[in-house]
Amino acid sequence: MKPSRQITITASVLLVSCLAGSVLLLRSIDRQRTGATLEEVLYISSPKLLKHLSLGYDGLLADIYWTRAVQYFGDHLDKGAEHYNLLGPLLEITTTLDPHLLVAYEYGTNFLAANGGQPRRAIELSEFGIRNNPNEWHLYYGLGFVYYMNLKDYSKASESFLRGSRVPDAHPFLKVLAAQMAERGGDIQTARMLWTTTFETTKDRDIRGNAAAHLRALRVDEDVPILEGLVAQYREKTGHLPQSFSDLEAANLMRGTPVDPAGHPYKLMPDGHVEVRVPDDLPFIQKGTPPGYIAPKPHFKPID
Amino acid sequence: MSGRVVHIASNTFREAVRDRVLYNLIAFALLMSGAAILVGQISIGIERLVVINLGLTAVSLFGMVIAIFIGIGLVSKEIDKRTLYTVLSRPVQRWEFIVGKFFGLAGTLVVNTFFMALGVFAALLYVSQHFHAADGWVLVALYFIILQFLIITALALLFSSFSSPLLSAVFAFALFVIGTFAEDLRGFAGMTHGLTRWLATGAAYLVPNFSALNVISSVAHEQPVPGHLIFSNTAYALVYASMALCGAVLIFEHRNLK
Repeated sequence: MKPSRQITITASVLLVSCLAGSVLLLRSIDRQRTGATLEEVLYISSPKLLKHLSLGYDGLLADIYWTRAVQYFGDHLDKGAEHYNLLGPLLEITTTLDPHLLVAYEYGTNFLAANGGQPRRAIELSEFGIRNNPNEWHLYYGLGFVYYMNLKDYSKASESFLRGSRVPDAHPFLKVLAAQMAERGGDIQTARMLWTTTFETTKDRDIRGNAAAHLRALRVDEDVPILEGLVAQYREKTGHLPQSFSDLEAANLMRGTPVDPAGHPYKLMPDGHVEVRVPDDLPFIQKGTPPGYIAPKPHFKPID
Repeated sequence: MSGRVVHIASNTFREAVRDRVLYNLIAFALLMSGAAILVGQISIGIERLVVINLGLTAVSLFGMVIAIFIGIGLVSKEIDKRTLYTVLSRPVQRWEFIVGKFFGLAGTLVVNTFFMALGVFAALLYVSQHFHAADGWVLVALYFIILQFLIITALALLFSSFSSPLLSAVFAFALFVIGTFAEDLRGFAGMTHGLTRWLATGAAYLVPNFSALNVISSVAHEQPVPGHLIFSNTAYALVYASMALCGAVLIFEHRNLK
């Protein structure tokens, strides 16, 4: 074997071994430094200082910070974390670096309010976004949504939707939502209108999936009291509880066996209560669950 | 290591010194003394923080510039001056030339870093009046910076073995920037799906990981660096630099020098 050939083979083998070794070592380093990049956010927590330090490349840095926020949120959500302490700073840095990064407001408020348990911070983020992008009706919608869903402050929610409805090219539903919210904030109809608007106006598959799951849950929450009302009517009429839904049918109170949005027939319990057959298939339902039922982590299919 | 590698390494070191590479120490000394005197007058409570952040960042940037700009010329300069032919006409193998050049420049950078570290500690002593136990972590940060130099030197040599000095500098600098965001890159790769995920993950693992080697912020905040991270980073830097050197040897071995 010529020396040159020997060197080529040796160097090639070494190169491949080193490449494999570097990948293994890197994986080990990553395991040791879980979240280290994110924790460094705390060292330079001033968004304004970071903006100066970015030397004009603030757009790129904002994109990086936004991706970090998404990763942080996703990682914590997967682990079922209760605290999302770095989410607020990450979103503040992102939006200060690029105040027109609408996606950071739209998703960020949702992250903060729904899972992060920080609705007040979500409102601050939304208001900051509105100040910088006053003609984006989605931001007013997001703000109203937080007031409605997380704070149950219907007058503030109505005010937010009304502000949004005045924006040029705003979704016409905002005006209706504002009125509905002012009149009957806590109604199922209002909730349905909100989730329908969310379903129709977003292009994100996960958000559509979430909205669809909420709409299904609202239908169950509406169905169960109606069915239980029919059971009460039957009892008044006959003096005893029905054995099954066919008894209600025989009494001309309903037609066919009622089916929940997941496609399963509702269950009529011996005490007259109505329950869904597989509650795990219907996340977010408030009614129709068996006694002592603990809902698992909501899981829904993304929708195109 | 063969004696010939040592000879080439010591010659590379001497050449770098003769090229006045170590003159950067004067600029560094001025920067550190200026920072140490000024920061106490214009700020409150962050003197130590500024000296460590500024000092270590300067050590890293000065060293990177030297590693890239000297590294890219190590092979091409020898070809341009035709001194390479004199070297290779002797019983010196091509891989010995590459490895010797690597150790020569690495040695230059270690000496340079040693003097700059003295400057950092002198400035630290000036602002704090005495050393803290946590200042020991600054040594770890300096050690990690040297590990970064080893990687970038090997990469500069790799590019220098097949490309022009200008392009080599661009490639090396680009990899330095990308490597600084390596952890983000692996995070992005993890968020993709299908073929994109494979390609992105492959690229993310191929670029050098400088982010784990940068602990400047944490040591400035007196955060300890775990022992296993020091071990893993050392192993990673040595393995990655060896990989780049193997690539350089392979290319240079088959390069037509006529």
